[in-house]
Amino acid sequence: MHIVVCMKQVPDSAQIRVHPVTNTIMRQGVPTIINPYDLFAIEEALRLRQQFGGEVTILTMGPPSAEDSLRKALSFGADRAVLLTDRFFAGADTLATTYALATAIRKIGKEFGPPDIVFTGKQTIDGDTAQVGPGVAKRLGLIQLTYVSHIDKVDLDAGLIDVERRSEGGVQKLRSKMPCLISILEGVNEMRIGSLTDALKAARATIIKWSAQDAGVEDIAKCGLRGSPTIVKRVFAPKPRAERAEFIELGDKPGDAFVEELFKRRPKLESELEQLTRGY
Amino acid sequence: MSDTAKAPAPAGRAAAKKELPEHLKAYKHVWIFIEQERGQVHPVSWELMGAGRTLANKLGVDLAAVVVGAPGEATQAVVRESFNYGADLAYLVTDDILANYRNESYTKALTDLVNAYQPEILLLGATNLGRDLAGSVATTLLTGLTADCTELDVDAEGSLAATRPTFGGSLLCTIFTLNYRPQMATVRPRVMPMPDRVERPLGRVVEHPLGMVEDDIVTKVLSFLPDRDSTKSNLAFADVVVAGGLGLGSPENFQLIRQLAAAIGAEFGCSRPLVQKGWVASDRQIGQTGKTIRPKLYIAAGISGAIQHRVGVEGADYIVAINTDKNAPIFDFAHVGIVTDAVRLLPALTEAFSKRLSPHQRDRLAS
Repeated sequence: MHIVVCMKQVPDSAQIRVHPVTNTIMRQGVPTIINPYDLFAIEEALRLRQQFGGEVTILTMGPPSAEDSLRKALSFGADRAVLLTDRFFAGADTLATTYALATAIRKIGKEFGPPDIVFTGKQTIDGDTAQVGPGVAKRLGLIQLTYVSHIDKVDLDAGLIDVERRSEGGVQKLRSKMPCLISILEGVNEMRIGSLTDALKAARATIIKWSAQDAGVEDIAKCGLRGSPTIVKRVFAPKPRAERAEFIELGDKPGDAFVEELFKRRPKLESELEQLTRGY
Repeated sequence: MSDTAKAPAPAGRAAAKKELPEHLKAYKHVWIFIEQERGQVHPVSWELMGAGRTLANKLGVDLAAVVVGAPGEATQAVVRESFNYGADLAYLVTDDILANYRNESYTKALTDLVNAYQPEILLLGATNLGRDLAGSVATTLLTGLTADCTELDVDAEGSLAATRPTFGGSLLCTIFTLNYRPQMATVRPRVMPMPDRVERPLGRVVEHPLGMVEDDIVTKVLSFLPDRDSTKSNLAFADVVVAGGLGLGSPENFQLIRQLAAAIGAEFGCSRPLVQKGWVASDRQIGQTGKTIRPKLYIAAGISGAIQHRVGVEGADYIVAINTDKNAPIFDFAHVGIVTDAVRLLPALTEAFSKRLSPHQRDRLAS
């Protein structure tokens, strides 16, 4: 079984700051991490390999520094890591990103065997779009299974896969066929701590680096900023509210004092809360 | 949708709008994909009808509802309802194999409609279904898609200006799809206000065949397990919400949030770090990557108010913030602030509200 996991190196968003004057993102010194949602995809891939044998290939597109995250992924036990890096890829929106990733996955298929499953995380924490997985699936003609909360059964011989998929208001149990692309939900598994052997191997491993040409990109105009139908025209910080909160002091009976203050300021709330507490 | 890691395009490039290619000039009108499963319309679709109406009026074009589903009364009722929410016309694809959402069949239905009737703007809810479908459709059509928008407008040239938070909500960016059609966007539930529903007669309905049979679809639905109502969080639609953050200090203290919520008939929620730490289930998360809420009263206890949280609660009518840090960003957008330890204040609030709000119940319990 060959599994490809698409992963992204992202800035640790908890530590992102916006420059107060220029409204630009202050990237300096912001540590990068593996997109947290992708960890669940990596773990799920490793578990399937444990069960069925085979190989796990990690693929990422990004700057040369994304090698750090690939090495981290290898330290969990992945078999190989491919870094798609080229200035032609810069500024890609989701459509251009899916073109580059799909091209690279085809090449991975030729070199290391066609994948049975391509995994992605649910979304990234910097882009938050959840659109790259579906785009890659469409471009490769793979069956698309998004928001998968559990893989129930894999029948390699028959090429069948049963999954549970989170939809609005419930869970769909689906039977589909491989090859497929699965975007996995967060919290479905717990990331392993890599073994010492894997950590040592990862430190010495050669990261496969492909330029657009290496990956087999035929039309460079479909990559990066040029290949992106969307254009970011304006980036700005959210408007601050006109006034800050009014601070209130509650004294030594803070509960009663608060309820008094609240209903004095928002008189309608009292009857509304009364109705709610009566089970309306 | 734009990958946010990219630098904003230089103004020169974006401003230099090329003439639309000839074959795209025919694309007109605003479409809303009406998301429904088993006859239940997701409210975000009606919210989008409200937003779509504004766009259509500015552009001087029609607003169309797109309904895809199984033939029968339930789907017809959805079509009728779309006119009550302001549709000028509706596009309808019905087939037995559309009874359950599946990517393959729905992508075909929507893509075929777009190719046949050519809208300039196509909007979907940023739900699991909407995001699953929008990505496939946009990639098939090779057009731009802006995901998870919080604001929609049209510029002077009639292009869709789709604004969305980026970098976990620390910045907003406005994104255009200038030279491709349709311009696609998804919008998160509860971000747009629900428009008024006005009883109106059925208008023009354009039916289109699916052109697919069950054997064409690889994925089969084995079963559907609806969420049990008791465990389902109604956070997004709650009138009153109480939420806790890291300031609670320990997972045990989250109980104080539940107790206050129970005392005032509220839903409870939390900020992102509590979900990441595994203290609270992810369907209780409020913020950019969780639920957007629009309650009449929101009480935030021990939440610092990072922008990622802020974008999820700004629609609240009245925000009360409790935090030990007077400089916490939550006080920049709360209406009322209390500088104190939430862990100490919460039990007092629970007691005071119980006393005030449910005297009858208390009397009953006492007797």
